[in-house]
Amino acid sequence: MDLKDKLISSFMAFENNVDVEHPVHDVRTEAIKNFEKKGFPTKKEEAWKYTSLNSLQKIDFSIFPKEENALEYKDVKKYFLHEIDTYKIVFIDGIYSSYLSETTHDGVDICLMSAALTKPMYQPVIDVYFNKVASKDESLTTLNTAFSREGAYIYIPKNKMPRKPIEILHFATGNEASLMLQPRNLIIVEENAEVQIIERHQSLTGNEVLTNSVTEIFAAENGIVDYYKIQNDAPTASLIDNTYIDQKDKSVVRVHTFSFGGKLTRNNLNFYQNGEYIDSTMKGVTILGDKQHVDHHTLVHHIEPNCESHQDYKGIYGDSSTGVFNGKIIVDKIAQKTNAFQQNNNILVSDKATINTKPQLEIFADDVKCSHGCTIGQLDEDALFYLQTRGIPQKEARALLMYAFANNVLATVRIPELKTRINKLIANKLGVNLGFDL
Amino acid sequence: MLKIKNLHAQVDDKEILKGINLEIKAGEVHAIMGPNGSGKSTLAEVIAGKEEFEVTEGSVELDGEDLEDVAPEERAHKGIFLSFQYPVEIPGVSVTNFMKTAINESRKAKGLEDMPANEMLKLIREKSELLEIDRKFLSRSLNEGFSGGEKKRNEIFQMAMLEPKVAILDETDSGLDIDALRIVANGVNKLKSKDNAVLVITHYQRLLDYIVPDFVHVLHDGKIVKSGGKELALELEEKGYDWLKQEAAI
Repeated sequence: MDLKDKLISSFMAFENNVDVEHPVHDVRTEAIKNFEKKGFPTKKEEAWKYTSLNSLQKIDFSIFPKEENALEYKDVKKYFLHEIDTYKIVFIDGIYSSYLSETTHDGVDICLMSAALTKPMYQPVIDVYFNKVASKDESLTTLNTAFSREGAYIYIPKNKMPRKPIEILHFATGNEASLMLQPRNLIIVEENAEVQIIERHQSLTGNEVLTNSVTEIFAAENGIVDYYKIQNDAPTASLIDNTYIDQKDKSVVRVHTFSFGGKLTRNNLNFYQNGEYIDSTMKGVTILGDKQHVDHHTLVHHIEPNCESHQDYKGIYGDSSTGVFNGKIIVDKIAQKTNAFQQNNNILVSDKATINTKPQLEIFADDVKCSHGCTIGQLDEDALFYLQTRGIPQKEARALLMYAFANNVLATVRIPELKTRINKLIANKLGVNLGFDL
Repeated sequence: MLKIKNLHAQVDDKEILKGINLEIKAGEVHAIMGPNGSGKSTLAEVIAGKEEFEVTEGSVELDGEDLEDVAPEERAHKGIFLSFQYPVEIPGVSVTNFMKTAINESRKAKGLEDMPANEMLKLIREKSELLEIDRKFLSRSLNEGFSGGEKKRNEIFQMAMLEPKVAILDETDSGLDIDALRIVANGVNKLKSKDNAVLVITHYQRLLDYIVPDFVHVLHDGKIVKSGGKELALELEEKGYDWLKQEAAI
C-alpha cells in the first residue's frame, strides 16, 4: 500500500479517536476529500519541480505512534535553549509530554491544540481562526488539516507579551520503525501584543521520520511576532513545513529559518498582508552537506498599500547537497507604495552541489519599489588571500569567510542567547574554530 | 633581511615580473615607484605569496630562507605583512575579533598558547591609540562601510598588531586626504625600528614626504630600471616617468 492509500484508510481509525460531532471535524472531512483527490505533489507541478517526495512515499510510515514514550530532560537538554528560561510545549512522537513542558494560562494561553480543538471555552477563537489562513487547496496542507489534532496553541490577548520566549519542540524517539507526524499549530497575537517563538524538530533515532507540519499565525494591528525555526535534524528526518501568516495594520512578523540538517526539508512560507503599514520579514541561513536537500518556497502577497517585505536568504552548499529558493511576490493593483525586497545569495563549495534559485514577481501596481537579486558563486579568492596574509590558514580563512557570509542574516535575531546558539551552530557546521568567543 | 634575486613571475602565461633584484636590509625604508601596469602590485603580491602568480625563475628570501612553496599564512607567521590597496570587507567579524583570530593563529603556528584576553585588550588599546582609532571603530565589522581613509588606517593598525619584519605598503596613500595620510604615515614611522624594514609602493611622491625612504627604485615593464636615494622621487615627480621609459628603451 502506498503512503497516500495508507493515510486515507487511516483516517477512519483517526475518526474513532476524535469528536466527529465537533464543527472542526467538518473541516477535517473536507480536507481529506481534497487530499484524496490531489494526492502528494509530483515533480510535474512547477512548485515541486526540484523536490521529489517519491522515495518518502515508499517508506512504510506509522501514522499513529503505538505507545507513549518518555525522555529524560538531561538527555535532550541540549536541544532546548536552556541558557534562558522559556515556556516549553514538548511532544514526543507526536504526543504531548507534560513532564518536559511548561505551559501557562496566566494572562496568555500557551498550551495545546488538542485542548483548543475540544474544549468549549476555546470554541469562539477556533471558529474565527482555525484553518482560516491555511490553504484549503494545497494537498499537503489539507492532509495536515485532515489529521489535525495536536500541536501548539498560543493566544496572546491585546497589549500582552509573555514574560519569556516559547519553545515548541518535537522529538522522535525511534520506537516506531518509521514515523509520520502531523503537528498543527495555531498562534494568535492580538492588538499591540507580542510573542517570540522557537520551533525545532529533533529526531533521536536513525529510523525514518517524516513531519508534515502546518502553522497558522495571525498578527492583529500593531502585533509583533518573531518566529525562529531551527532545522538541524538527523540525516533520516524529513520535514515539510507549511506556515501561513495573516497580518493586519502595522503588524510586524519576522520568520527566521535556520536549515543545517535533515534529509529533505521543504519550507512553504506564506505571508498575506491584509492591512496597511505592515512589515513582513523572512530570513534564512542554509548550510548543507552530504546529500541533504532544502527547498525554500516563500510567498508574500501585498494586498493593501504602504507595506513592506524583506527577504534575505543565504545558502552554503557542500558535498552533493541541493538547494532550492523560490521567492514569489505578488503586488495587487491597489497595493501602491509597496516596498518589496528579496535577496538570495549562495555559495557552492563543492562541484557536486546544486542550487536552483528563482525570483517570481507578479506586480500589478505601478507605484512600488521591488528589488530582487540572486547570486551563485564560489568564495572570493582575493578575500581568502587577504585573510591568509594576516596569518590565518586557508582552511580557517575559508570557514571565516563563509561564517561572515551567513552571519549577516543574524542581525535581526532578537534573543541574544539564541543568536549565540545559532552562531555556534554555524561555526560547528562549517567546522571552524573562530578563535574568539561568539 | 629580504632578498629578491632575478625574480620572474607570470599569470596566465603573461610575464609580469621580468627579473627583479632587490635587497632590503633591517632598518631600511625602500620605495618602489613606477607607472600603472609596471608590475608594482604584482611584486607586492608575489612577495606575500599569492598563488595566482607563478614564479618561473629567481627567488624571494627572508633572512636567508627561500620562500618558494611557502603559503601566504606561513609567510605572515615568518614576518611578512602586506597592506592592501583594496582591503577586503568581512561582514559579521569585528575588527577586534579579526585581530584576535590573526594573532592567535600566528601564535599557534609558533607553538604558543592563545594570548590572554587582558593582554590582547591592552595591546589593541595601545596600537589603536597609535593610529588615532576610536574604540567604537574596533567593534565594527571589518572594513564594512569603512571610508577609504578608515580602511587604510585599519591596515596599518593590523600591521602594528602583527609587528612584521618586512611591511609592504601597497598604494597606502591612494584614497587618503592629507590628515589621514599624516596619521597613517605617523603610525608607520613610529613602528619603524632598526630590526624591521618597510617597502613602500606608490605611484606618487606625496607619501614619501612623510615616510622618507633610504632608497627609491623605479619599476618599469617588470624590471627595476633605476635606483637612487630619496631625491630620485622628487625628480620623478618633476619629470614624470616618460624619460625613464625612453632611457630603458635605449
